[in-house]
Amino acid sequence: MKLTLKIWRQKNTNDKGAFKTYDIDGVSPDMSFLEMIDVLNEQLIEKDEDPVHFDHDCREGICGMCSMYINGEPHGPLKGVTTCQLHMRSFSDGETITIEPWRAKAFPVVKDLAVDRSAFDRVIQAGGYVSVNTGGTPDANEIPIPKSVADEAFDAATCIGCGACVAACKNASAMLFVSAKISQLSMLPQGQVEKSERAEKMVAQMDAEGFGACTNTGACSAECPKGIDLKNIARMNREYLGSKMGSSN
Amino acid sequence: MKLESKIPEGPLAEKWTNHKFNVKLVNPANKRKYDIIVVGTGLAGASAAASLAELGYNVKSFCFQDSPRRAHSIAAQGGINAAKNYQNDGDSVFRLFYDTIKGGDYRSREGNVYRLAEVSVNIIDQCVAQGVPFAREYGGLLANRSFGGAQVSRTFYARGQTGQQLLLGAYSALSRQVANGKVKLYPRHEMLDLVTIDGKAKGIVTRNLITGEIESHSAHAVVLASGGYGNVFYLSTNAMGSNATAAWRAHKKGAFMANPCYTQIHPTCIPVSGDHQSKLTLMSESLRNDGRVWVPKTKELAEKVRKGEIKPRDIDEADRDYYLERKYPAFGNLVPRDVASRNAKYVCDEGRGVNDTGKAVFLDFRDAIKRDGRDTIEGKYGNLFDMYKQITGDNPYETPMKIYPAVHYTMGGLWVDYNLMTNVPGLYATGESNFSDHGANRLGASALMQGLADGYFVIPYTIGNYLAGEKYEKTPVDHEAFKAAEKTVKDNIDKLLSIKGSKSVDHFHKELGKIMWEYCGMSRTAEGLTRAKGMVKELRDEFWKNVKVLGSNEEFNSSLEKASRVADFLELGELMIDDALHREESCGGHFREEHQTEEGEAKRNDEDFAYVAAWEFKDLDIAEELHKEELNFENVKLTQRSYK
Repeated sequence: MKLTLKIWRQKNTNDKGAFKTYDIDGVSPDMSFLEMIDVLNEQLIEKDEDPVHFDHDCREGICGMCSMYINGEPHGPLKGVTTCQLHMRSFSDGETITIEPWRAKAFPVVKDLAVDRSAFDRVIQAGGYVSVNTGGTPDANEIPIPKSVADEAFDAATCIGCGACVAACKNASAMLFVSAKISQLSMLPQGQVEKSERAEKMVAQMDAEGFGACTNTGACSAECPKGIDLKNIARMNREYLGSKMGSSN
Repeated sequence: MKLESKIPEGPLAEKWTNHKFNVKLVNPANKRKYDIIVVGTGLAGASAAASLAELGYNVKSFCFQDSPRRAHSIAAQGGINAAKNYQNDGDSVFRLFYDTIKGGDYRSREGNVYRLAEVSVNIIDQCVAQGVPFAREYGGLLANRSFGGAQVSRTFYARGQTGQQLLLGAYSALSRQVANGKVKLYPRHEMLDLVTIDGKAKGIVTRNLITGEIESHSAHAVVLASGGYGNVFYLSTNAMGSNATAAWRAHKKGAFMANPCYTQIHPTCIPVSGDHQSKLTLMSESLRNDGRVWVPKTKELAEKVRKGEIKPRDIDEADRDYYLERKYPAFGNLVPRDVASRNAKYVCDEGRGVNDTGKAVFLDFRDAIKRDGRDTIEGKYGNLFDMYKQITGDNPYETPMKIYPAVHYTMGGLWVDYNLMTNVPGLYATGESNFSDHGANRLGASALMQGLADGYFVIPYTIGNYLAGEKYEKTPVDHEAFKAAEKTVKDNIDKLLSIKGSKSVDHFHKELGKIMWEYCGMSRTAEGLTRAKGMVKELRDEFWKNVKVLGSNEEFNSSLEKASRVADFLELGELMIDDALHREESCGGHFREEHQTEEGEAKRNDEDFAYVAAWEFKDLDIAEELHKEELNFENVKLTQRSYK
């Protein structure tokens, strides 16, 4: 396959940045999208040009590190996959592909396609945990949890923290990410003790980081590579409201 | 120097309890006077950092990724073992211990392994308390499944994403300590040297991967939880960034490297599709519970499959060779990883491989779907089937998966004693970065167990024993030892940038991988290893003359990061070869063709090789010195592994 790539190049956070166009030949449909970028980078290095910087690590769709905005969609055109799991057979010969970093105030560009998502870490630090120390915990089977509840909590827990929800949202809202964690923990008995306080603190941190508000367009969930459901946001709002009203119901 | 394993005296089942009582304690009020560095934020690192901070120590936590939550433990799919015996099927701490020792082909320490089995039960309690959503039965209790090499169901799981859920649990505990001010995070930082003063570990030197700044960090103890070195092979199931640099630089500062030739080749990975391949994807071993491994009985039929002239589903039962079930009727498709991998290689070497490259076998779910229904199979493996389909374009519900072995885990690593301390006082190694628990072969679902055992339940006890004897004063970072280490690091970077050769870093990494896979992979010979040693040495020489690293140190520079890691892989590769060459026996993941039984199984030599090979770095191009730690078996009888 022969492709034209329009890639966002930006030296560092303070640089203005611009699109640069590259032609690439000999792309195999079996390549992953990132392997295609690897090939481009080998060609750039050959020509003494700085390779395109991008975040990536596991390349199996689970670490959440890869983060390209491809043809106007986070993680590209395919539903339910991350960029590293996207293969070139999803594109056609001769196509022009536009590749940008996540764009959000809370995710400043580090270089080229890599952004700083530490805001997510700080939101988790604000309360995305059960406050138990190591040791002294009861036997794992002491509290039975209905399978349906455990499964639903698991669905929320599959969030990989990639930030596609923020990138997809016109308001750069992080509600889907934050609500996935709040939901997971508030559904499980272990997390219910702190659920009100948790919702309050995490939402406050989310706001402090500069993420936008939610206007229920649902782009976040539609673009989420793990299919995190929009109803998590409803659960979060319920927890948040409950906590603000001074009651956990 | 004599290696002291420091295994406590007394009966096996009482060693850890006695040891916990005998180790020195640091008074709760004094813990805040000690600083601990933890390198790596996977299961072993995040659990250690969180637990140590909870105790009151000041922790600095480093990772090269943009967030601690990305560490590669996250990609572990299948599950975590624990001797809970919730299934009433005869499991016990002793059985888990026994299975692990046997699975490791009697090349691990009894004391360490028993402790691992003992604390395994606490891990599950801990994770559930953190809100890890393990799979459950309709009655609300935890579900289990059986896993490669085990005849009981002791594996806890969270669909095919167990590693993710456990890591997010440990990450949440870590995040809580960040909020408490007890942990300071250093993401996008890479450890590039260990600082020792009077032989003790006193800190590390790191590079800020965004700014290039070289920074010194002083502490009273350093814990390396930096993972394994599988990326020596270029293609592996490791993450792209997984590397051996932290461990290797510590090795060059005096820490012994133990059993580096013990590498695990995982039998169920998606086969290589072409030269562009950057990594290999694992399909969880749990698939072997329900999938049946086979190839066509004849070369001719396999040829037709490769050419697409016949579809696998149209091949008659009589023309299929379920070779694992045939050769190992007792364990069938659940034989340990090394046995399954080697047999896949054999049938492919016979010309019965089933994909374009001839390097693949079938893993078929037809019968399981017929037996249990599609919904049940989807419930168990849905996400794995989706992942497979996404990568290959084939639908495993309708046609068998194609799989082939790939490098997955390294049992070797930094030598540690029972306290998980290396031979460098104050330097600890946990999780995959140490060598201690899996012998020559790791059982499925045991890596997660070991990482969390080390971090949650071992190091919090044992580190106090060392710190209790240390002064509170911290070495200032302007100490000459820090300055000297910084200079070494800077010189190394400058050298890499100044070569301005003609070949990219990836070129050298790929070449190294090919040599290692060919000669130091699934099957090894003295002749091949000797040849490989020369080839690796030659490649390393060429690397330092001809590698092309663009840009500067003072920026986000991915080529420079890679170059520094590949330089270390080139040195480590040679040591792996030396280790494989010296071990004149076959055991677990180390298979020397010269040493096999008449049936073609690994043939150990317990008389001469029942020891841990710990290597001491001397200088580049000077042979490393071998130190032996004899392994004593008092509770198990050494037998030839048999899975027939």
